[in-house]
Amino acid sequence: MSVHTLTVDGMEVAVPEGATLLDAVRAAGVELPTLCHLDGLSPVGACRLCLVEMETSGHLQPACATAAGEGMAVLTQTPQLQHYRRMAVELFFAEGNHVCAFCVANGNCELQDVAVAVGMDHSRFPYQYPNRRVDASHPRFAIDHHRCILCTRCVRVCDEIEGAHVWDVANRGGECSIIAGLDQPWGEVQACTSCGKCVDVCPTGAIFRKDDTTAEKEANRERPQLLRSAREQHQWQNQ
Amino acid sequence: MTTPSKKLRFATVWLAGCSGCHMSFLDLDEWLFELAEHVDVVFSPVASDLKTYPEQVDVCLVEGAVANVDNLELALQLRQRTRLVISFGDCAVTGNVPALRNLWADVDGGSRQSVLDRSYLELADIGAQHPHAPGIVPELLERVRPLHEVIPVDLYLPGCPPSAERIRAAIEPLLRGETPAMEGTAMLQFG
Repeated sequence: MSVHTLTVDGMEVAVPEGATLLDAVRAAGVELPTLCHLDGLSPVGACRLCLVEMETSGHLQPACATAAGEGMAVLTQTPQLQHYRRMAVELFFAEGNHVCAFCVANGNCELQDVAVAVGMDHSRFPYQYPNRRVDASHPRFAIDHHRCILCTRCVRVCDEIEGAHVWDVANRGGECSIIAGLDQPWGEVQACTSCGKCVDVCPTGAIFRKDDTTAEKEANRERPQLLRSAREQHQWQNQ
Repeated sequence: MTTPSKKLRFATVWLAGCSGCHMSFLDLDEWLFELAEHVDVVFSPVASDLKTYPEQVDVCLVEGAVANVDNLELALQLRQRTRLVISFGDCAVTGNVPALRNLWADVDGGSRQSVLDRSYLELADIGAQHPHAPGIVPELLERVRPLHEVIPVDLYLPGCPPSAERIRAAIEPLLRGETPAMEGTAMLQFG
């Protein structure tokens, strides 16, 4: 297996062929905030939180969706990157209706956590208060679009791991939203196997179990990676 | 012994919020005695009976969003008269629950009419009518805003409510003339 050697914030790291810059950053022991990325799912580079700076060109690249190459040098904590990361998180909060106080995922929410990580004490952008929908037509689960950050983890886990492809993305810009089936009520989509993987991977309280109320959501965000390594490397969690 | 004139002039204000942040402030328990040695409470719904916000206040904790004309008037006044204004809790920092009616901004009549109709007409058991007492019951603003959209804010203290520990960690450095380090889950987590 060939290996690429590169530097992350001046530290030398070696990663196998096929690794991403995010793998290299983690190999260097540097913490980089991510939201749309989830181990075990394909990368999309949607949230822009893992942007890193290419030292020679100054270009910014999403670490999760960029292949690590021999001799690359990346910076992860420049003032510009920190500025953009905090701005991105503030825009997430301003774009949707994220009210931690009574959210099902309060205390178990990746958006809440990255807000702390980037030092967000308030949003400088005016809140949009979009009037979105809540779909509680599924017997066990519900999706509250007010809390959706369009990371598309649900779309990817349902397509790539469960193979059901219940979820997709409709429309553009401010109208962009996650849809079930052919933009049907979730409970009417026969392709849904009720496996709950979308509930497990959702970084916020957008997709949740109906039994759960405020601060009761427990996510299982390692599930895609466990299933993938079980299928591809025949490594089972219980062995 | 500290002379009274050296004490910080300290205020707390309650705008559109549930008073939970003030309850959390009272959760400081015995540390309140220590605080009282360093500050004069010159205005507060829980520690003073004054109705007019005084001049030359050093530090003010402001709970709640800006939802009605009284909130707005007091916010503007306290900014004029206060050196350090702190957005105290999620309602002041983000709008939080009081600002949820902004979701109805685009419906017929807007958010103000929607919330009044819902509360005083649709959910009334008997005698359904809108409150109307000009000069006594303050008019609602059409859009509920976080405090920093109305006045400049010097420090943000999030939480719903911020815990007593977090409040103390934010106030204690101020008593020494220092700025608190607002970072990490213990100081910053919303909710």
